[in-house]
Amino acid sequence: MSVIVRIPSQLRPLTGGLSEVRVESGTVRQVLSNLESAHGGIEARLLDEQGSLRRHVNLFVADQDVRFLQGLETAVAEGETLSIVPAVAGG
Amino acid sequence: MSSLHALTCRECGRQYPEGPLHFCEYCFGPLEVTYDYDALAGLADPRRIAAGPANLWRYCSLLPVDAGEKVSLGAGWTPLVRARRLGEELGLEELYVKNDTVNPTGSFKDRVVSVALSKARQLGFKVAACASTGNLANSVAAHAAAAGLDSVVLIPVGLEQVKVLTTAVFGGRLLEVEGNYDDVNRLCGELASEYPDWAFVNVNLRPYYAEGSKTLAFEVAEQLGWSLPDHVVVPVASGSQLTKIDKGFRELVRLGLVAPRPGRQPDDPAGPVRVSGAQAAGCSPVATAFAEGSDVVLPVRPDTIAKSLSIGNPADGYYALEVVRRTGGQLAAVSDEEIRAGIRLLARTEGIFAETAGGVTIATLARLAREGAIAPGERVVAYVTGNGLKTVEALAEGWASRERVGASLAAVVEAIESPRSHKEDQ
Repeated sequence: MSVIVRIPSQLRPLTGGLSEVRVESGTVRQVLSNLESAHGGIEARLLDEQGSLRRHVNLFVADQDVRFLQGLETAVAEGETLSIVPAVAGG
Repeated sequence: MSSLHALTCRECGRQYPEGPLHFCEYCFGPLEVTYDYDALAGLADPRRIAAGPANLWRYCSLLPVDAGEKVSLGAGWTPLVRARRLGEELGLEELYVKNDTVNPTGSFKDRVVSVALSKARQLGFKVAACASTGNLANSVAAHAAAAGLDSVVLIPVGLEQVKVLTTAVFGGRLLEVEGNYDDVNRLCGELASEYPDWAFVNVNLRPYYAEGSKTLAFEVAEQLGWSLPDHVVVPVASGSQLTKIDKGFRELVRLGLVAPRPGRQPDDPAGPVRVSGAQAAGCSPVATAFAEGSDVVLPVRPDTIAKSLSIGNPADGYYALEVVRRTGGQLAAVSDEEIRAGIRLLARTEGIFAETAGGVTIATLARLAREGAIAPGERVVAYVTGNGLKTVEALAEGWASRERVGASLAAVVEAIESPRSHKEDQ
């Protein structure tokens, strides 16, 4: 029961250079926690001290912005991809 | 020169060496170019600037690009029009329009692209890329062609036909993504990780790119005889342009190039110029946060004729909101009908044909003037940043109003002497 997490290049030093990591499925929050267990240090880059998604981080589940879904409580189903993308781009 | 600027995270203040970086790897905050202003003070003076080229590179000492050849089609140094007729209609005594429709590819994007690709060339990039709602696509494709760079431009489906054609003509790769701009932007954010040797002007080169919009402030001040306006009205898509116009005015005061307006101190924490933002009602995440007094800019799904402003998840929304609140400006969201009326109003009073984003600006200006948010005596500048020829399909067919007459002198005279047979569109 795994999902794929896509890692932006700036965080790849924390994943041993991997651009994709497979972890156990669950909600976005659980997936990030599973990611943290496998590759320590990532969660703090994405979530603030209160455990909320940092405002300049965008997360996409199956190409949908989680802010349009249930945020960190959005389910990431078996085989789906969670993409971590810096929000500061474009315009 | 390179020691005069660095990249600094706006959120946590961490500093990074110069390079193709756009966000802080610790908090994901945006990186911004910061300068050693004490060192710059001697380099930027009005006489040296006036002796520079009649384009944005006259301000090269205030831009993050080292000396040397620039990638330039001659963008910038566009007219600042004293808009007396429009001002009369709106009850504004000292109104100006910054006419940025006349840039080489017809929008202000030529400014930011010239800066970004000049930097990209210095950093050794061979491929220029971007996510675009159309104007940036035109500009990247054109500048890349002129600079001998390959280009890869990504746009959403459904753009105005002219904007697609006037990108494709330059011969680069043009990818039309089956999604909206926010999808395209997200994909470019991911592609930048996979193609690190491409210069995505508004992704990995974004800190440099964004600085180009400061020249919209510099030029206005110089064209006003090195003095400031009281109030500016700026369209908001990502919010970058608005924040950089504010930054440009603040830099001029800090460097002593302009004096604060009467009644203001040089260190006024509000900043030297009131900055108001203009959005379309069909895509107004920043104006909505402003109206609700909220600090959170919630993303929206855009639905407006102002496609160049259709960014539902604006990267600099928070900072645009901060600038507007700090400076005592306003943010308005105007309907598609108001946008069309704004295009028409500017055209018939000042002879300037703006694209839909310009209609958003003029409609917002009109509303703020009507509501008293702009005082009649304020010195106001409205930024009109794209050419109307690009978005003609946003206008109804009835706009092309004409009277059919026979090819004889008698028929033409008869028509002239009769009341106009078509009805006005407003």
